[in-house]
Amino acid sequence: MVSYILKRILQSVLVLLIVGLVAFAMFRFVGDPVDTMLGQERTMQDIERLRESLGLNKPFFVQYWDFLVRAVQGDLGISYRQGRPVAEIIAERLPATLELAAVSGLFAMVFGIVFGIFTAIRRDGFAANAIMTLSLIGVSLPTFLIGVLLIYVFAVELSWLPSFGRGDVVQVGGWSTGFLTQSGLVALILPSITLGLYQMTLIMRLVRSEMLEVMRADYIRFARARGLKNRTIHFRHALKNTLVPVITVTGLQLGSIIAFAIITETVFQWPGVGLLFINAIQFVDIPVMAAYLMLISVMFVGINLIVDLLYVAIDPRLRT
Amino acid sequence: MTDNSNTVQAERARSRIAMAWDSDVAHSFRRSPVALLSSTVVLLLVLSAIFAPLIAPHDPFNPATLNLMNGFTPPGEANMFTGDSFLLGTDDQGRDVFSTILYGLRISLFVGFAAVALALVIGVTLGLIAGYVGGLTETIIMRVADVQLTFPAILVAMLIFGIAKGITPPEYRDQMAIWVLILAIGLSDWVQFARVVRGATLVERSKEYVQAARLIGRSSFAIMLRHILPNVLSPVLVIATISLALAIIAEATLSFLGVGAPPTEPSLGTLIRIGQGFLFSGEWWILFFPALTLLALALSVNLLGDWLRDALNPRLR
Repeated sequence: MVSYILKRILQSVLVLLIVGLVAFAMFRFVGDPVDTMLGQERTMQDIERLRESLGLNKPFFVQYWDFLVRAVQGDLGISYRQGRPVAEIIAERLPATLELAAVSGLFAMVFGIVFGIFTAIRRDGFAANAIMTLSLIGVSLPTFLIGVLLIYVFAVELSWLPSFGRGDVVQVGGWSTGFLTQSGLVALILPSITLGLYQMTLIMRLVRSEMLEVMRADYIRFARARGLKNRTIHFRHALKNTLVPVITVTGLQLGSIIAFAIITETVFQWPGVGLLFINAIQFVDIPVMAAYLMLISVMFVGINLIVDLLYVAIDPRLRT
Repeated sequence: MTDNSNTVQAERARSRIAMAWDSDVAHSFRRSPVALLSSTVVLLLVLSAIFAPLIAPHDPFNPATLNLMNGFTPPGEANMFTGDSFLLGTDDQGRDVFSTILYGLRISLFVGFAAVALALVIGVTLGLIAGYVGGLTETIIMRVADVQLTFPAILVAMLIFGIAKGITPPEYRDQMAIWVLILAIGLSDWVQFARVVRGATLVERSKEYVQAARLIGRSSFAIMLRHILPNVLSPVLVIATISLALAIIAEATLSFLGVGAPPTEPSLGTLIRIGQGFLFSGEWWILFFPALTLLALALSVNLLGDWLRDALNPRLR
C-alpha cells in the first residue's frame, strides 16, 4: 500500500512537472519577452543586458529549473497587460471563483442526491419521469446558453436577480467574500445554478442508478422481510451504500467545476480567475495564461490524488 | 465481354445496397423514430449550410446590400422606415438574421467536422500504434492521453487556442482564427479515439487472422491498416458522432466567450455572443434564433450518436 501511495504521488509530481514545462515553454517561446518588455527605441546593448538579467542566456533546463523555483516561491511573472505581478492579480481574483465553485458544488450535491433518491424510489411516477426528461434536456444545453436563459428569465423579464457581478463584497483579511452581504448572496444564485446544473444531473443519475442497484440486493429484501419501514430501508440501509461512489465522483467533478467556471464567469461577468483567463487569451497575456494553467493543474492533480488515496482508505480490497 | 463485366459489377453493387438495406443497423434505423427525425434535422441543416449562398435571401457580409435603416426589425414585421420585412428579423446593422444563421451554420459545421476529422486521424493512428506495437511506445502514448484526460477538453482547447494565437502574427490572427479553432478542438479530443482503438486493437491483435497475416509476411503497417483497422471502426464511428456534437458545442462555447470565430466570420456561437448584448433592450430574436439552431443541431447529432451506439452494440440493449 505504501508503494501504491508513493507511486501515485510520484505520478502527480511528474504531471505537474510536465505542465510546468508547457507553461515555461509558453513564457519562453510564445512572443519574445525581450521584445515585449523593451520599447521601440532599443539598442543591441539594451537587448543583451536584458537577456543577461532575465537569465535568457542560460541553458534551457537551467532556465526551466529557475522558473519552477520562482513559481513555487509565488513569483509568477508580470502581466503583460496590467503590468502587475500575476500572483497578486490571481490572489485578488481567486476568492470569487472559489466561493462560486463551493456554492455550485453544494447545490449540485444536495439537489443531486435528493432528486436521485426521489427518482429511484418513485421509479415510474410522473414527477420522477418529468425530472429525468428535464435532466436530459439540461445535459444537452451548453452551459453558456443555460446562463443566458437564466439571465433572460430572472434578470431581464422578472428582474428578481442581478444579471452580472458579485454584488457588495466584504474584505476579511486578504479574502473578499460575498457571503456576508445580501446583494452578495443574491448575486451568487444564478451563476451557481448555471455552473452546478450539469454536475447536479450527473450526481442525480449516479445516485438513481446506484439506489436501484442496491435496492435489488439481498440485505434490502431481508430488511423488508423484517418488516422495517420504507423510510428506514431507503435512508438507513440503501442510501448509505450508494454514497461512496457519489463522494468520489463529486470530488472529481470539483476540478471540472473550477474549469467550467470560466464559462459561467464570462456569462455573468463574475470577477474570478476564469474571467481573468479568458481576457488573457483575448489579449495574448502569456504570463497570466501560464499562471492559470499551473494553478488549475495543481488543483486538478491534488484533487485526483486525494480522491485516489481516499479510495484506498475507504475500500479495504485495494489495500494489498 | 466488357458488357458482361459491367452487368456483373452492377449486379454486385445492387446486391451490396440490398445487403446494406437488410442489415441490422439499417433495420433498426428504419424502425427508430428518433433516428429518423434527428437524421432528417441534421441532413436539413447540413444541406442548408452547404447551399447557404443560394438559400439566403441576403448576403450579410456584403456591406453594399445592407441598409442601416433596417436595423432591429422584429421578425416577420415590416421595418418602420424602409418597409422591408425579414423572416427572422435583423440585427443592429440591418443584417438579415436568417441569412447570418445560414452562414454561421456553415462555419459551425465546417469547424465541427474538420475538428472531429483531425481528432479521429490522430486518435486512431496513435491508438492503433499503441495497441499493436505495445511496449514503451504504448506506455508513452497512453500516459500522455491520461495526463490530457485529467483536464476537461474545453480547457485544453482554450489553452491551445491561446498559445496558437500567441504564435500567429497579429495581422493574421483574424484570418487564421477558424483554423486555429479547428486545431484546438481537434487536439483536445483525440484521446477518446486513441483509448477505444487501442482497446479494440489489443483484442484483435491476438486473433487468428492477424497471426495468419503475420505468418505470410505482411508488414506491421499493412496489418494495422488493412486488417485491424476495418475491424475496429464501428466504435470509432459512434465516438465520431458523439464527438461531433461535442465539437459543435465546444466551438460555440469558445466563440461565445470571444476566443473563437471572429465577428468577420461569425459562427453560431459568435452570433449568440452578439445577440446577448441586445437581450436587455428587448431584441430577443438576435439571440434566440441562432441559439435555437445550435440546440437543434447539437441535440440531433447527440441523439443520432446515442442511437448508433445502441444499434452497433446489440448487447447493451
